[in-house]
Amino acid sequence: MIKLNTPSSPHFHGPSTVTTVMLKVMLALLPGILIYAWMFGWGVIINIVLASITALATEALMLRMRQRPVMMYLFDGSALVTAMLLALALPPLAPWWLVVIGSAFAIIFAKHLYGGLGFNPFNPAMVGYVMLLISFPREMTSWLAPLSLGEQNLSLGQSLSFVFSGSLPAGLSLDALTMATPLDSLKTELGLNKAMQEITASPIFGMLGGTGWEWINIAFLAGGLWLIHKKIISWHVPIAMLGSLALISFLFFIIKPGAYASPLFHLFSGGAILGAFFIATDPVSGATTPKGRLYFGAGVGVLTYIIRSWGGYPDAVAFSVLLMNMAAPTIDYYTRPRVFGHGGGN
Amino acid sequence: MIRQLFRFKGGIHPPQHKDRSTRSPIQAAWLPKQLILPLHQHIGESGEPIVAVGDHVLKGQKIARASGYVSASVHASSSGTITAIEELPIPHPSGLSASCIVIDTDGEDRWIEHGPEDIPYTEMDVSHLRNLIRTSGIVGLGGAGFPSSIKLNPAGSKIDTLILNGVECEPYITCDDMLMRERPENIIAGAKIMRHALNARQCLIAIEDNKPEAYTAMIEACKDEDIEVVQVPTLYPQGSEKQLIKVLTGKECPSNGLPFQIGIVVHNVGTAAAVHNAINLGEPLISRIVTVTGDGVAEPCNLEVLLGTPMQALLDQCGGLNSDVDRIIMGGPMMGFAMHSTEIPVIKTTNCILAATESNVTAPSDVMPCIRCGACADVCPVDLLPQQLQWYARSKEFERAQEHNLFDCIECGCCAYVCPSNIPLVHYYRYAKTEIWAQEREKEKADIARQRHEFRQSRIEREKAEKAARLAKKKAAVKKPADGEKDDKQAAIQAALDRAKAKKEAQGVEPKNIENMTPAQQKQIDDANARRQQTDTSEQES
Ligand code: SF4
Ligand code: SF4
Repeated sequence: MIKLNTPSSPHFHGPSTVTTVMLKVMLALLPGILIYAWMFGWGVIINIVLASITALATEALMLRMRQRPVMMYLFDGSALVTAMLLALALPPLAPWWLVVIGSAFAIIFAKHLYGGLGFNPFNPAMVGYVMLLISFPREMTSWLAPLSLGEQNLSLGQSLSFVFSGSLPAGLSLDALTMATPLDSLKTELGLNKAMQEITASPIFGMLGGTGWEWINIAFLAGGLWLIHKKIISWHVPIAMLGSLALISFLFFIIKPGAYASPLFHLFSGGAILGAFFIATDPVSGATTPKGRLYFGAGVGVLTYIIRSWGGYPDAVAFSVLLMNMAAPTIDYYTRPRVFGHGGGN
Repeated sequence: MIRQLFRFKGGIHPPQHKDRSTRSPIQAAWLPKQLILPLHQHIGESGEPIVAVGDHVLKGQKIARASGYVSASVHASSSGTITAIEELPIPHPSGLSASCIVIDTDGEDRWIEHGPEDIPYTEMDVSHLRNLIRTSGIVGLGGAGFPSSIKLNPAGSKIDTLILNGVECEPYITCDDMLMRERPENIIAGAKIMRHALNARQCLIAIEDNKPEAYTAMIEACKDEDIEVVQVPTLYPQGSEKQLIKVLTGKECPSNGLPFQIGIVVHNVGTAAAVHNAINLGEPLISRIVTVTGDGVAEPCNLEVLLGTPMQALLDQCGGLNSDVDRIIMGGPMMGFAMHSTEIPVIKTTNCILAATESNVTAPSDVMPCIRCGACADVCPVDLLPQQLQWYARSKEFERAQEHNLFDCIECGCCAYVCPSNIPLVHYYRYAKTEIWAQEREKEKADIARQRHEFRQSRIEREKAEKAARLAKKKAAVKKPADGEKDDKQAAIQAALDRAKAKKEAQGVEPKNIENMTPAQQKQIDDANARRQQTDTSEQES
């Protein structure tokens, strides 16, 4: 007699697994990463590699300590995605310890202490980022200039030696490499009461956002749209977030164009696009009902604008996402969809 | 005219695997040596046997009658001798056994005298027509098995639309497809009878667009009929009654309601053919078409099977079971259940026997935590939040689960199909539903117990009061004199008693007051009493 299995239905399962989902997210990040590296040099790649290694090592350690199946979770891809998103938020050529501390913190404190995959109420990458920003503001804000604007182009070896020992090739000063980000300089210069037209005439501002940044953001946009097409993420969060950001910045822009940046500038500089498609869409810490995602996205967009314009930090996607993470369970509760056959359908 | 179609939310497109069983026409299944006919092959009360062991029965002879409004009779599917009426394994997810009538066939397959009624059904009293369908043992053949005569009784509602369900949206299953291809005229004849019984304004036949042959055949057969054949885009679970109604009419059947409340009745195409057999030929429901498929059998096909035939016989006829078979599923891979043995009989609701190898089904793989991706909610045809439901089910927050409309879940399996974390969601919902039912039953029991308790208390009190009254009356009559002295004495005794009682209570000897018990407490007590009684009797017995 053949031994028959008797599991309960359904006996079919679709092709989707957590690993395939995460792999697709990483794939969608790739074009943006490549352009980013092309614009800003090896520092971008070094960040990602360092963050990934740290995240994987910490993940393995934590799984071991929590006595979870290490292999099964280690390669689910979630730690890698966290590492990549954090690395993309850090300044290229950041000192190695900054990357390592941030990634380890994200995995240990924001993920595993809450119960690991699926249980973290906050987006781990953003928790790591915010922790670094608060603890090491100087390192976190010294950004490289895009290669097209900077004076020097570091080789891989030179980049590595700078990241690990802080030493630059003879005759090169740090000032020659770094430059304020467009959002940063906008904030500073507006603080100096300069007019918008005057500020944006500087070479660090490009056609849409900051020079270099526009191309990176267009690549992230393309990746994000592909994710929507592949049904890995739903359109709700990105549309709501970018839509609300565009709308609110447009309102202020037409009221007082001299004092407020244009909607396009807001959309295409800083982390708006990356945040909309890759960070605010993190399912674990976000809202999950369709309507809830709209509110969640809109909240992130509005908060981003508020913090960018009037807050103490130049970019605000991380803070906005974390703030909305707190509201997600409540949003979900109040936006439950109308169940089939429960009135209002005919 | 092109009918406007609607969409229900969600749904999935699982791989179909239908073509493997549609290559050859429907064949008659071999007459088995033994037929096992469960008394319960439908939703509702079991049938009641009206034959005895040793009786010889003829094909089509009624051997069990319906034993309630929601019940169905059972007929001998071939001639032979009743050799047993006993508990045997029936098709059930838990491998349950239930009462079955066993017939050893005599090989003659001799029919009982039968034939259509003398008057055409159009001239019959509708209730008589329904009764004929009822006594023919017809239940929904699409899988649910609800007695069809009930679904042909609009009970005062005006029926606008009769829908014949030829959707067959589950992968692998093709019995309705083949029936529509080969015997469309039977379906239509049955549909006309049903429509007559319901006095329905219009009649639609819905077929998914992955069955073009069936569609063409039905269109051809409906040429001169006032019946509309509607092709609907393939989408699982469209064959589910309420979802199909939405697609065809745009109407949503209320959550706790039945379709006839919105003027619609849905019957499976196979049921229509069975109604045709019953009314136009006088043949009760004794056979059905079963798809035998999957890589576990050598020659997948559709067989016309006598009810009660052991599944093993069908597997043998299809070339035998391959050794790499992993599970045998009754029904489709999405909603069917895996069976514990192959000696289980085909019943009225057996539409498919899927002998699945490991490659036909998804091997169990690691279950990861929910990442709240919402994929499940996106495909849920009922618009539930499966991720929340599974959370409540697992943490046993059943009230929250019910608040999130757990009982609206049709167990279609779409959510589990897409879940990247591979969480057995439907399994959790079944678990939660069972637990809730159990709790309700317990609660009912407790309520009854409480009522009993209250009744007993009030009786005791009434008796006490009556006794006291009697006593007082007596006393008043007999001891009229010297009652001042007596009263003093009594008061002293009473005071002493009271003191003693107070002391006892302070020491906690007296049983705690039992007036304000919760039903749960009362239940525990009753259970304990019952246990005690049981041990008492067992002691007496031993
Ligand atoms: S599909 Fe699975 S992992 Fe995604 S939300 Fe639903 S239950 Fe969670
Ligand atoms: S099984 Fe239930 S919860 Fe899951 S998709 Fe179907 S109806 Fe929705």
